[in-house]
Amino acid sequence: MPTALDTLVLSLVIGGFVGVSAGYLGSLMVLEKMALVGDALSHVALPGLALGILFNFNPFVGAFAFLFVSAVVVWHLGRVTKLPFETIVGAVFTFALAVGVLIIPEAELLEALFGDITNVTVIETLVAVAVSLGAIFLTRLIYKKLILGMISEDLAISKGINVGRVNLLFLLLVSVIVAVGIKIVGTLLVGFLVVVPGAAAKNVSTNLTRYALLSAFFGVVSACSGIALSVYLSLATGPMVVLSGIALFLATVLAKSRMK
Amino acid sequence: MQNNIDGYVLQVSDLGVKLQNQTILENVNLKLKKGIVLAIVGPNGAGKTVLLKSLLGLMPHTGKIVWAPNVRIGYVPQNIEVDDIPISVKDFLSFENAVDLESSLSPVKLERASVAGKTLGVLSGGQLRRVLIAWALADKPNVLLFDEPTTGVDHDTEEPFFVMLNELKRKNMITVLLITHDVHIVREYSDYFLALNKCVTYFGESKDIMKPEVQRIIYGETVCLGTSNETR
Repeated sequence: MPTALDTLVLSLVIGGFVGVSAGYLGSLMVLEKMALVGDALSHVALPGLALGILFNFNPFVGAFAFLFVSAVVVWHLGRVTKLPFETIVGAVFTFALAVGVLIIPEAELLEALFGDITNVTVIETLVAVAVSLGAIFLTRLIYKKLILGMISEDLAISKGINVGRVNLLFLLLVSVIVAVGIKIVGTLLVGFLVVVPGAAAKNVSTNLTRYALLSAFFGVVSACSGIALSVYLSLATGPMVVLSGIALFLATVLAKSRMK
Repeated sequence: MQNNIDGYVLQVSDLGVKLQNQTILENVNLKLKKGIVLAIVGPNGAGKTVLLKSLLGLMPHTGKIVWAPNVRIGYVPQNIEVDDIPISVKDFLSFENAVDLESSLSPVKLERASVAGKTLGVLSGGQLRRVLIAWALADKPNVLLFDEPTTGVDHDTEEPFFVMLNELKRKNMITVLLITHDVHIVREYSDYFLALNKCVTYFGESKDIMKPEVQRIIYGETVCLGTSNETR
């Protein structure tokens, strides 16, 4: 039987790794104006969680499967229709949220929506660490390609970069991180982890290296301080993680206004 | 596609582009020798950018585009999105490999100390264009493609820009294709020009562009040239 201290340590480890990876990947989402895509994608996980609970398999496997398929569908529709990702995701996620809320058992709805790390296991922690490290490694490989594609798709293609394939890989990596992040902050709030650290870092960055590092740093600080505060104050984890991150964001807004 | 093409850097035969069943370009023929500056002119929607993109392999097309063997192309697009991205000049120029900033920036007449740490979004139009050229030159290209290189550049910066371009061309024997609307630039800084309006309407030496009969052809009623348009 794990002690409260064991649970806290495991939660902080998960929070730290997911915070770093979500912040790092989120720095690209913010630049690509895909911030809301990360948020919306997270809602797509809900039907997957529900199916896991209903049919007695790990809900996070269901969530991950739904996210993975949705990312591919969104990417494909984006290429075919030329509509912005945000428009397509907007349609897909409301549908998924509606279906998810209808089929998920009421008892588990709150945990799915807002996260719960009081029953986190060692295996879940190890998976979260491995997935986070893998996502950071792969994103690092395509980081510059994605940035060049944002600056000019023509310029990127003329350099031999397959922009479509790189974007798909990135969307899949975001899906993976969102699936892991749901455990901490739930489907409603996980979008925060890929949006706010990047937005905060952008306020105080003048070069890419600083931007990416600060975004990852703000991610880990938001997650870990939120988890610690939630345990200390006996409050829900997800909202506390969000509030910690928002405090950081406001601090960077203040710093930016002083820099001018 | 790269082949032996009898001393030409570029040979285009019967190039055509259709988008959503609309003809954007048709029957474009061109042969270009090494070290030539070719200006591409024409009204908006004439297919100038599409021609450059086709030459880069960015557009589906019909006909044949043949570049000389070992050609290395540098491309400077008309628009880039940099306002929202915290990317410094140093980051940008080191995109593929670490570069010596001093030697990258000096050919484009920029001082490392004054621009290296700045983000691309705060550079003036002229500085940004120069950084883009430095980026295009990083791979030591022997062909440069420019899509309206002085967009967003004020008149005082435009002239030195083309003087610099000429200097680069002379030193490195670079072949340049540039899209421009400015007939003065065509006359002063290019060797030949190609007038487009979905097809080639005129091809000739740049010194002739101010002649009234040539102006009438370029900006008057479109009459396509099907012949081979060849630089000497």
